[in-house]
Amino acid sequence: MSKWVIKGLRTGIKTTQYPRKMETASGVSPGLPTAAKGTEKEVQELVFNCPTGAIERSGNQLTVDYNYCIHCFRCKRGSQSPMGWDYGYEWAANTKDSGANRGLGSAFNRSINIRFVDGGACGACISEIEQLNKPYYNMHRLGFFATPTPREADVLLVAGPVTDHMRLPLKKAYDAMPTPKLVMAVGACALSGGIFGPSFMSDAGVSELIPVDVAVPGCPPPPLAIIHGLLLAVKRKSSALLTSSEVRG
Amino acid sequence: MVQSLNKATEWLNLSEISANRWPGKIKVRCKQDRFICHMECDKSIVADVCNWLFSELDYSFASLVVEDLASEQLLTYIFYGGFGNGLICVSYRISNSTTTVPSISNLIHAVDWHEREIEDLFGLVFEGHPRLGDFVLHEEWPEGINPMRADFDPSNPYIHREVDPDWRPLRIVQSPGAFMMPIGPVYSDFAESAHFLLETVGEDVIRIIPRFFYKYRGIEKIAEGNAVEHVILLAERFSGTSAFAHSLALCKAVENISGIEVPPRAKALRIVLAELERLRHHIGAIAGICSSTAFAVATSQASILEEELLRLSGVLTGHRYLFGLNILSGLSIDLADDAIGMLAKNLRGLMVELNKLKKLLYFSSSFLDRLEEVGAVSLEDAVSHGLVGPVARASGLLRDIRKVLPYSGYEKLDFTVPGEEEGDGYARLRVLFAEAEQSVNIINQVASSLPPGSVNAKSFRIAPGEALGWVEAPRGASFHWIRVGEDGRVLRYRLTTPSFSNWHGFHLAAENFAFQDFPIIMATFGLSNAESDR
Ligand code: SF4
Repeated sequence: MSKWVIKGLRTGIKTTQYPRKMETASGVSPGLPTAAKGTEKEVQELVFNCPTGAIERSGNQLTVDYNYCIHCFRCKRGSQSPMGWDYGYEWAANTKDSGANRGLGSAFNRSINIRFVDGGACGACISEIEQLNKPYYNMHRLGFFATPTPREADVLLVAGPVTDHMRLPLKKAYDAMPTPKLVMAVGACALSGGIFGPSFMSDAGVSELIPVDVAVPGCPPPPLAIIHGLLLAVKRKSSALLTSSEVRG
Repeated sequence: MVQSLNKATEWLNLSEISANRWPGKIKVRCKQDRFICHMECDKSIVADVCNWLFSELDYSFASLVVEDLASEQLLTYIFYGGFGNGLICVSYRISNSTTTVPSISNLIHAVDWHEREIEDLFGLVFEGHPRLGDFVLHEEWPEGINPMRADFDPSNPYIHREVDPDWRPLRIVQSPGAFMMPIGPVYSDFAESAHFLLETVGEDVIRIIPRFFYKYRGIEKIAEGNAVEHVILLAERFSGTSAFAHSLALCKAVENISGIEVPPRAKALRIVLAELERLRHHIGAIAGICSSTAFAVATSQASILEEELLRLSGVLTGHRYLFGLNILSGLSIDLADDAIGMLAKNLRGLMVELNKLKKLLYFSSSFLDRLEEVGAVSLEDAVSHGLVGPVARASGLLRDIRKVLPYSGYEKLDFTVPGEEEGDGYARLRVLFAEAEQSVNIINQVASSLPPGSVNAKSFRIAPGEALGWVEAPRGASFHWIRVGEDGRVLRYRLTTPSFSNWHGFHLAAENFAFQDFPIIMATFGLSNAESDR
């Protein structure tokens, strides 16, 4: 057993400094497209090629609705695309449901319990959420803990478009949570149904069933974006926007 | 396992033997070059023909594809053989109004779940199957509405059935103190949605009734009518942890139909990326096994390597889970030679760490106690239940698609298929470690002689037709059947995944073991419900 102790000590600290300092390692985020201006032809092509209709245009100005973007890179890897790309990860945003009468209150600023419900996620979102429990991201240092039961959860984390068969379990889990409570939707599927919903078997995201307070876009959102979402839930970080508004290019 | 057949002679004789055995009832077309053989037979002999392939010729069952065509229904059983024995498609046609077909799952148990799925989704009744009933579609789905039928309109909302609140599953174990323990669908910290009913008398789990498809998103249905490019997004995203393998299988099927040439550089890079995904998956699975035994230090060590591979994938390709790479005719991006050099260098460092971890684990007796002789699956069971991938190879069933049906250039590489015989949790762990090592070996071989050139074709046309694509996904053999119509839209997409095949045999491992072994056995199987439920 002593060998393990030595091995553990030798490994040193791997954990990210975020949110104290921004993480600068590469490969922690796939990035998101940002707004752009283009020629008429480019604009038409980009809007046409986006498989989820995430790109909207007004004149030659393009904006991206992050509720729908699934990181397919088609607007980036096309020939000479004018689309900008933002490699950040502070993507989490408040939604229209998150209002004054919701929210956890200051008593929860330091520590919250999180219950996760899989509403039909593909596994990538789940894998990224799992990373939060692991050395590189270690959410415990921030006072965030996973709990096996909704009855002691403050935040419900939901991934997936919410499939037909998961509607009832999700509602039950939500109802079992004590108030005050928050819901955080993780990933494009949970925000809009993504590429799967709405369909005969999937909803158009979690907000069709229960109110969502924090939205984390991405397909999947990288672990740092999910941490940003949790920090936003306890008001230790401020909200990003769910559409790209800034003009670049 | 019986040794593989003498490929040339047996292959040529297939048509002769079957014509002699079932005169006038079977038509055989073999494509010598591609190793695909089509047998079109009469409904009355399909069970015999399939049983002949499975029991006598040692073919493995791959998939059952049902197609609801305009004037008839077409059922195709797909089998694959050992090295060099190719694929055999056994098909028969029935009229649109036919609702009962013969069951073959009493002869080939691997077909069991396929038949149950098709009964739910197509409304075909397999005569003689003992357990038809709610399977993919749960009890609130209206009876008699079959979503995979051509006339089902997926855009119409349907009325949910009222669920009987007093309904309880049938209990088999009757003894004093016996009770039923439900697990799921929302359980554990970050588990996928699935439900297990464990029948127990206190300590040992006597019987397991899994209830899956909580995550059924109807991928096969929502693919229909869409352009192939769109369906690639579905193939990539239905199981995010094996995205590259599945999108590759689909691309290969369509490239096959349309005769699209994949440039040599793209072929080589596809191998690099597929092995990178396998490596990441296996290390993630090892972390899962350590975590299931509550071994925190080892879990952390494996998780560090997993995150490092995720970051490496992100740096190389822009996406941590390799989304958006496979396109028809190749890859959407090229990897620069120095990027490949960086990958090889990083993998060397990673292998050193992985080997250290392996050594430490193999000498930690308290850890091994939880794995050894726990959750054992015999070779016979693995064969009869049609298990695939590392799970099957840990039981001695050494069928790896990269060897038996080589694709994308695997035939030119020098690698071994690690196998074990015990079939227990420890054997599965050893297979994962050994395969991870082989993946690094493969990446190094390809990286050292990467052909120059482009990574995709500038122009090609998508032709109508049907084809099967296959890959050895990280969890095992995966088969994607696709039929493309005249307008280039998908008419039928059938997805057979390794998790689906292996969950079918999961109860073999977990029954008759102690309660507390259940999560460990589950971790050593390392399966995904997203991949299984589709
Ligand atoms: S990356 Fe996002 S915005 Fe760009 S084409 Fe894909 S889905 Fe649309």
